[in-house]
Amino acid sequence: MPPPGTITERLDAINEFDREPVPETELQGATNFIGFYAGEHVAGTEFVIGPLFVAHGVAAGDLFLGLFVGNLLAVLSWAFICAPIATRTRLNLYWKLRKITGPRLLVLYNIVNALMFCFLAGAMISVAATAVGIPFNMTMPGLNDRYPNSVGWVVAVLLVGGVVTVLAILGFEKIARFSKVAAPWMFLVFVACGIAVLPQLGVTSPRSFWQVANERIWTGVAMEGRVRFTFWHITFFAWFTNMAMHLGMADMTILRYAKKWQYGFFSAFGMYLGHYVAWVASGILVALALQQGGEVAPGPISYLGGGVAGLIAVVVAGWTTANPTIYRAGLAMQTITPGWRRWKVTAVVGLITTVVALFPALMMRLLDFVALYGLLLMPMGAVIFADFWILPKLGLRQDFAEWKKILFAWPAALAWLVTLGACLLINLLWGVEIFFLGLPGWFIATGIYIGASYIQQGSGDLSSATLSGETA
Amino acid sequence: MKTLLKMVSAVALGLTVVPAFLVFAGNMTWRTHAALMLVGAVLWFGSAPFWMHESADEPGT
Repeated sequence: MPPPGTITERLDAINEFDREPVPETELQGATNFIGFYAGEHVAGTEFVIGPLFVAHGVAAGDLFLGLFVGNLLAVLSWAFICAPIATRTRLNLYWKLRKITGPRLLVLYNIVNALMFCFLAGAMISVAATAVGIPFNMTMPGLNDRYPNSVGWVVAVLLVGGVVTVLAILGFEKIARFSKVAAPWMFLVFVACGIAVLPQLGVTSPRSFWQVANERIWTGVAMEGRVRFTFWHITFFAWFTNMAMHLGMADMTILRYAKKWQYGFFSAFGMYLGHYVAWVASGILVALALQQGGEVAPGPISYLGGGVAGLIAVVVAGWTTANPTIYRAGLAMQTITPGWRRWKVTAVVGLITTVVALFPALMMRLLDFVALYGLLLMPMGAVIFADFWILPKLGLRQDFAEWKKILFAWPAALAWLVTLGACLLINLLWGVEIFFLGLPGWFIATGIYIGASYIQQGSGDLSSATLSGETA
Repeated sequence: MKTLLKMVSAVALGLTVVPAFLVFAGNMTWRTHAALMLVGAVLWFGSAPFWMHESADEPGT
């Protein structure tokens, strides 16, 4: 056990309430998961990702096929990688990982996770700020802007960031509930905005859509300074957008409540509504904005499609997704701020997030950030996968760190760090873009963890080890 | 009361999405569509929270 009063003990205390595996009586039905996934993946960032595909010059055929295949691979990852372990262990990511990594390595993972949450929430605040600024004729950030480009932008971001932070301090549960209420409406706003502007792009009938799509929306020509996206970019991006959740195993926290592992397939409702229809719709909106020579930020393009209701959707989408993200980051950060009250931690996290949001580069380079976010957290998911399925087949013990009371499990640390180093090398030496690195990275992490565990456990006494799948 | 609220919510969603198709078909102006969407938003947030909250919880978390 960790010594009393340490950072690991504080982290345990925060997660104490769900330390035990979920009991049979608390398992949830299918509709809860359909609702959760459909709501979770129709967010403010969808207003940015669809337009960025247009900026990267993807062709229409590549987009539609790539999104179909990539989202399918994401659903399969949830169903076959994450859900089976979640429903067998009934533990959340935190407690499962703790058994494998030891508490001290877990603290490090938690801090990285918290920083990523801050950046993600920052992007969502930026998205909402583009809508708030419209009534005041604020100069919107452009696709290539990196730094704050006007006083109005700074004021809008500070305003949104301040409100989001105060609301996160006051209470997270009510806002989480509100975001689920908003989800069905928000999805229909995406659909309506996309459909309503089609005539302005020259689509006069369903038959003419494909021609206009190729000639005016997804033209196959990238903007200056952007890499041209192919079918493979779209496929891998769609697959790995939520890599931290499926291959990275973060959604064990949700799927541990599933009655069957097959509930992982319900992630399809999030993928095909949010990461297909909403991305296509926001791509249509930005194409119209470009045709009119207007601004391409989320606020202006949503106004083009739905007027004031479109603006409300952007604010609601940004706010409801930034809020729980700040809350979760606050939870993770609390471990390194001993004696601080929750409100103070949340306020500091909100301040960091708001400062980050001032830089439009984060929003306008969201594709790269999302890929990096997934890549940083994915190796620990591969470690869980290898520990759960492969180590027992090799006669090695699962959850070795817990069994041996190890505070810092070097095999998991090695798998994490070497994988990230290897991915960086692949990128530098062969020029493989960040969107593709998750796939080799997953196999590298799995291989290193198995090899390192073999070395670690090979000379150890495993006579009292339990080699079954039970981890509780 | 709950049934009435659900009906209002259904109308709200209809007002959000149906006008867009009418714009596409050339039977409605964009301005009317935008106004109806706003009415839909007001009706949705005025009705849905009162009947959806019980079923909208995250699965057990």
